[in-house]
Amino acid sequence: MKPAKRETYFWQGNEACAEAAITAGCRFFAGYPITPASELFEHMAERLPQHGGITIQMEDEMASLGAVIGASWTGNKAMTATSGPGFSLMQELIGYAFMTETPCVVADMQRAGPSTGQATKCGQGDVMQSRWGTHGDYAAIVLAPNSAQEMSDLTVRAFNLSEKFRTPVVLLSDEIVAHMREQVTVPPVEGMEIINRKKPKPRDKAFFGLEEVPPMPSLGEGFNVIVTGSTHDEYGVRSTASPLVHRRLVERLNDKIKNHAGEIADSETYNVDDCKIGIVSYGCTSRAIYEATEDAEKKGIRTGYARLKTLWPFPTGIVEKLAASAKAIIVPEMNLKQIFYEVERAAKGRAKVVPMNKIGGGELITPEELLAKIEEVAGKND
Amino acid sequence: MPFCAGCGIFTVMNTFLRAINELGHEDLSKFVFCSGIGCSAWIPSPHFIADSMHTPHGRSIPVATGIKLFRPDVNVVVFGGDGDIVGIGLSHFIHAARRNLDVLVIMVNNMVYGMTGGQVAPTTPFKARTTTTPYGSFEEPLDAARLAVAADACYVSRWTTVHQNELRESIKKAVNMQGFRFIEVISQCPTAFGRRAGFEGVSEMLRWFKENSVTIEQAEKLSKDVLAQKIVVGEFVQKQRRTLVENVHSTIREAQEVEEN
Repeated sequence: MKPAKRETYFWQGNEACAEAAITAGCRFFAGYPITPASELFEHMAERLPQHGGITIQMEDEMASLGAVIGASWTGNKAMTATSGPGFSLMQELIGYAFMTETPCVVADMQRAGPSTGQATKCGQGDVMQSRWGTHGDYAAIVLAPNSAQEMSDLTVRAFNLSEKFRTPVVLLSDEIVAHMREQVTVPPVEGMEIINRKKPKPRDKAFFGLEEVPPMPSLGEGFNVIVTGSTHDEYGVRSTASPLVHRRLVERLNDKIKNHAGEIADSETYNVDDCKIGIVSYGCTSRAIYEATEDAEKKGIRTGYARLKTLWPFPTGIVEKLAASAKAIIVPEMNLKQIFYEVERAAKGRAKVVPMNKIGGGELITPEELLAKIEEVAGKND
Repeated sequence: MPFCAGCGIFTVMNTFLRAINELGHEDLSKFVFCSGIGCSAWIPSPHFIADSMHTPHGRSIPVATGIKLFRPDVNVVVFGGDGDIVGIGLSHFIHAARRNLDVLVIMVNNMVYGMTGGQVAPTTPFKARTTTTPYGSFEEPLDAARLAVAADACYVSRWTTVHQNELRESIKKAVNMQGFRFIEVISQCPTAFGRRAGFEGVSEMLRWFKENSVTIEQAEKLSKDVLAQKIVVGEFVQKQRRTLVENVHSTIREAQEVEEN
């Protein structure tokens, strides 16, 4: 059933994500119907049982992620998928997964919000929600695919990061990437890097500290593990008042991600060391940068880009590099300036950061529009 | 333990452990506990030497769903208060009963939000004074046990903290059954409910439970107005039907047969 050699498929982004999840070892999916993530759910409903896994439709998004977390604690890899409105409801359980160090993957196929907004139209308005959506001091790992191929590749990576760091990972996709069909090449499963959570030794007791990423037992293995979303010590015992225990726990949970930001951050780059105009883009919007860059270069404007595959932790290093060479950086987004300020922060005034925003109707920023912007900004910065 | 003097949770906790022990369990290794937020969520977590998951408010049943589907061999028991189970978590409760999820839910109903200081609950009696209904509650309370029956639960019983023997036998029966099982225990909260509702102390609350409890058979003969002042106790239903775990695992087998052909 699993491809033994490199194989090529014509998959919808949602399907590519589902198949990659199964390859990564996902055996549980709990979801609630929502456009544009339902095809992923439906594909999992058909495919997971064939692999001995379970797909179940829950009564809402809180229940979906709750069941995913429960399944993860039985030693199974688990995921859910949703869109903006459901992602908002899941924030409660994302915080719980973070606090209890539960590996799981949440895919968010963004659509135009706020609220029900334009339910079938694309948007990129959940960028900040994916970073700051849950309450409290939280560190997010968020990946942003821009093709069906990356819906496959980054889904495997999402599971790997989730298992490695014992934390929820968000696959922040969008309606366009989720719905379009493209060629997807799946590498042979043998030789593919699949990371599984570190399991405890028989006498281990500290499942919530003492090391950066502690080992994770499963329920029903005799470890008498106490899992709680309240502040707890290394052994899981609640400590609802001690300043020290809270600091130690929450700082470690943040540090285990922050200290590996360089390893987690990933981007596709072109000409970052030597360009006049830079572009920072991600997700569906970034599909315009290739043609626009090529056309701008034909017109003699040296253009480079950093296409972000990781949104959080924010790939500050690559934007710093771009800002050192470019006079101006354009940030095209299908929202009203969400990653823009992060780029501005990373650029530290060394390059002018220019927003380019378009929302509504699911209309993409076209290569022509981006080219016009490049020419306009290049003209002003001669 | 973090519970107030005179709290009914001590009775529920002791009765549960005694029942389990009488069933022959020397430890809790065959159990996984789930609870949400509220005083009774602290019954298993962190007090039981066992696997336990203390979840966000109302989400104990969904988390239990993920656990039970992959570990049909362990007994998954959910502890929660009325606010947790039939307030914020009500929809999960109904759906778990409908799907026939194989868990035992023990709901400690103190008729109030106790941990937060005594706010009105979906189970607060009509006209009872709480901190958010200083002129008395203007809402009718929810009958959680009858709701579970309507949602097709396999076992439903309701007792009070003065019915310790009945409660113990009920727990013993429910633990060894399959499917969705629900036990509601009417419990005294002298601190956050009793003193505002006009009770002098714990013993007066317990006397109130004792004097106002009627059996299901007795209740059938009472008028609606009289019944509104009573606590109906007993076993509401006891039956078998195919459980979620059975249905999910037979679906997996069917899917694999289709795939092989």
